[in-house]
Amino acid sequence: MSTVDPALLERHGLKPDEYDRIVAALGREPSLTELGMFSVMWSEHCSYKSSRVHLRTLPTKGRRVLQGPGENAGAVDIGDGLAAVFKIESHNHPSFIEPYQGAATGVGGIIRDVFTMGARPVALLNSLRFGPMDGPHGARTRRIVEGVVAGIAGYGNSIGIPTVGGEIVFEEPYTGNPLVNVFCLGLSKADALVKGRADGVGNPVYYVGAKTGRDGIHGATMASAEFDDKSAEKRPAVQVGDPFMEKLLLEACLELMKGDALIGVQDMGAAGLTCATSEMGARSGSGIEIDVQHVPQRESGMTPYEIMLSESQERMLLVFKKGREHEVEAVFEKWDLHAAHVGFVTDDGLLRVKDHGTVVAEMPAKALVDEAPVYDRPMTRPSYLDDVAVFDPASLPETNPQDALLRMLASPTISSKRWVYRQYDHMVRTNTIVLAGMGAGVVRVKGTPRALAMSVDGNGRYCYLDPRRGAMLAVAEAARNVACAGGQPIGATNCLNFGNPERPEIMWQFGEAVRGIGEACRALDVPITGGNVSLYNETDGNAIYPTPVLGVVGLIEDATRVLTRGFRGEGDSIVLLGDTFEELGGSEYLKAIHGQVKGQPPQLDLRKERALIDLLVNAAGDGVLRSAHDCSDGGIAVTLAESTFDTDGVGCEVDLPAAGPRLEGTLFSESASRAVVTVAADGVDALLTMARKAGVPARVIGRTGGSRLRISVDGRLAVEENVRDAEHRWSTAIGANFQRQAS
Amino acid sequence: MSIKFAVIVFPGSNCDHDAYHAAKHVLGHEAEFIWHKETSLKGADVVILPGGFSYGDYLRTGAIAQFSPVMTAVREFAATGGPLLGICNGFQVLCETRLLPGALLRNKDLKFHCEHVRVRVEQTDTPFTARASVGQVLNLPIAHGEGNYFADEATLTALESSRRIIFRYCDAEGRVTDSANPNGSLRNIAGICSEGRNVVGLMPHPERACESPLGSEDGLVLFDSVVSSLAARGALTA
Repeated sequence: MSTVDPALLERHGLKPDEYDRIVAALGREPSLTELGMFSVMWSEHCSYKSSRVHLRTLPTKGRRVLQGPGENAGAVDIGDGLAAVFKIESHNHPSFIEPYQGAATGVGGIIRDVFTMGARPVALLNSLRFGPMDGPHGARTRRIVEGVVAGIAGYGNSIGIPTVGGEIVFEEPYTGNPLVNVFCLGLSKADALVKGRADGVGNPVYYVGAKTGRDGIHGATMASAEFDDKSAEKRPAVQVGDPFMEKLLLEACLELMKGDALIGVQDMGAAGLTCATSEMGARSGSGIEIDVQHVPQRESGMTPYEIMLSESQERMLLVFKKGREHEVEAVFEKWDLHAAHVGFVTDDGLLRVKDHGTVVAEMPAKALVDEAPVYDRPMTRPSYLDDVAVFDPASLPETNPQDALLRMLASPTISSKRWVYRQYDHMVRTNTIVLAGMGAGVVRVKGTPRALAMSVDGNGRYCYLDPRRGAMLAVAEAARNVACAGGQPIGATNCLNFGNPERPEIMWQFGEAVRGIGEACRALDVPITGGNVSLYNETDGNAIYPTPVLGVVGLIEDATRVLTRGFRGEGDSIVLLGDTFEELGGSEYLKAIHGQVKGQPPQLDLRKERALIDLLVNAAGDGVLRSAHDCSDGGIAVTLAESTFDTDGVGCEVDLPAAGPRLEGTLFSESASRAVVTVAADGVDALLTMARKAGVPARVIGRTGGSRLRISVDGRLAVEENVRDAEHRWSTAIGANFQRQAS
Repeated sequence: MSIKFAVIVFPGSNCDHDAYHAAKHVLGHEAEFIWHKETSLKGADVVILPGGFSYGDYLRTGAIAQFSPVMTAVREFAATGGPLLGICNGFQVLCETRLLPGALLRNKDLKFHCEHVRVRVEQTDTPFTARASVGQVLNLPIAHGEGNYFADEATLTALESSRRIIFRYCDAEGRVTDSANPNGSLRNIAGICSEGRNVVGLMPHPERACESPLGSEDGLVLFDSVVSSLAARGALTA
């Protein structure tokens, strides 16, 4: 039984039985420093104690996987001796409290994870969720949107890594808890991946980068609790970013990694020095001893507790071969970085922290890293599911389909994100061969004929209605998006954003979603190489929609064959791949036009999805396709409209087979496993033959040309609108929110 | 005939690789990175100050870079007529260094802009525009938060009368309009040159527009121009 002050435990986010486990692991009561170190390492954020039993079920192996979960980032083989190193991570809680720095340091953190592996970061994407920009909390939301976008831009632009894509959704459950998920991809030699290891007794442990301050202490613990009206008081727990420092660190580390002096590197992110020292030691089965007096400090009088728990940004821990100190220090000196010798590797398995020679903390590294409690938390199917499942499309009031389409094109979730991505440098490094907003993010791999396509996708509304299928659909959509660019999906990373796992209903959503991701990834042969879990996304007891976000990486063998969503000119045939059913459950149409979140998300047949993806990749690779765009939010009407945008006004004339009695059930259905592609007139037969062999339903639905978007259903004209006018509505909707605010 | 480009690397430069790639891999010339602590330009024929955020741009954009050791050699190179191109942050450094007049303020809407814009070539008697034609409209990307060119009236008048405004923001038809001005620059100025005409600074990124997969090849004309200018001068080492 613990004898410690319960209030002290509560401040550390530790339960009494967790304290007892700490005592058992140490064989004694912990010191305050030790207690603090355990509390951050055993926080939900660092230990995955609620999610681990579920995450174990995910497929993580594959013929291209070079590094699965457990390191700083995952890696897949992309040929020519190269690896793509990538990961997605959340910075939700900090971004709500302090939008600019929260988002900026989220970008900084994931970039460090990637270059720590020895990879040069070449692309960023992000997946964002906010509340509505109008309504009672509109002003606050717009401020958060501006801050988050400026923070992402401020960090990514300055460090010189292009932000090439992403997604943004505006919906009520995110009003008090926005989501900021950042994905980063880097390139490395496949045989030169650097690990976060501390091998070799006596080897020096160096600290390099920014000085340690009192910022971010207990950031990991903050990210492991719900929000309430006192959250603003936690602002000091949000770190402040310095992209210039990170740029120097990046270049210095990559320069160092070219040599053979280095043994292991780890960035100091969540849980700072505690996490870096204990994880490096635990991975290698070695121990580490450091003395905090050697840690560069920004302010005087910092205690060992503060130094070990600080989450000051832009700091790295390195282990390299003894005797190579001069070589390493010379590189850091070149980049005007201060490298401090803070300790050395031992063989006793302990993490020993001294302060001016006196031991202030000493514990098995594995106890901090591997012996955190693992909870198989109770799960209960939420009762709301029965209510929301009841939905009959026939009950909806009549709408004019054309008006509905134009309203949806101007809704923040569908409309152009140009206002956002224009603030991101999406071209630096001259690899971006699909400009932002034109489809998946695509960067070429210089020195090879290849390119990499990337997409981050999630649909919280689907997951709210059915977490398992919603998660499967997120995998399918991300994979389909990279396939629409011509990329074969080869690996994925996930960011799992959920509410409080101590509530059985939330835990059920989590468990179902992870099952869905596993099923879809297995069926589509896309292994998960890593990711991040963000729980406790609740404010005042209101949870977000369960929001698993999938980042999928696709390999394009011939970069010259890359595709975008836009029609390429007049006279091409438009082909719909896949079948449309009357599926409006959980749709954007139902939400944006009727204000309802009901029904079942679309059915998903993973064999059909895989067939479609393979067909898209093969047809793109053969040069048959001229453009490709997947059908998702808003259905085929939105897909067709978007295919006419950014084309200098190339219109189309299309006739769709009816999927149901009402036009809306065809136009706005979000049936999965579909894409709209164009082919030159003489390529139609080739495509239809390929589709037949692949078992993918394919049908010519019309032609590109003219200046109007004309869509009929079984010969009945449903939409006829000038492309330029529709495009104007679509392209100006988000920016208009901020002009109004300024005036 | 091969010429040698030097790309100066300040801490925080991030378009250094792009300029190097354009010069070396697209155009097939020699190119070398010169670290800012070096004191020699190593026999370069052309010097590029690349884009980025030198020293984090924390004081003012480009303000600290002028004190880098390499800038002494860069000033000498410019003084002796060597072709020197400042792109984006490089243009800001040239203004801070007083190799070019004026300053670059925050964009009028206070936001960073990354997009393709059109600029009109105003003068062709500089080493970087010799192969362009007057009035030619170039499709070039911009990527900056502080590209709003400012100078006092006297300076602007002097720039106009000495024909030192080299690029102006324009629309696709070459009309210089307010709506074609992405950042509020006075007189739509996108780039200027020195009195000797050998130092050119511009906010748009020609090095990002040298290959068709990137959306434009209009930036090539700046590189082609400097190659022919050097050839005409007979200044080449090889």
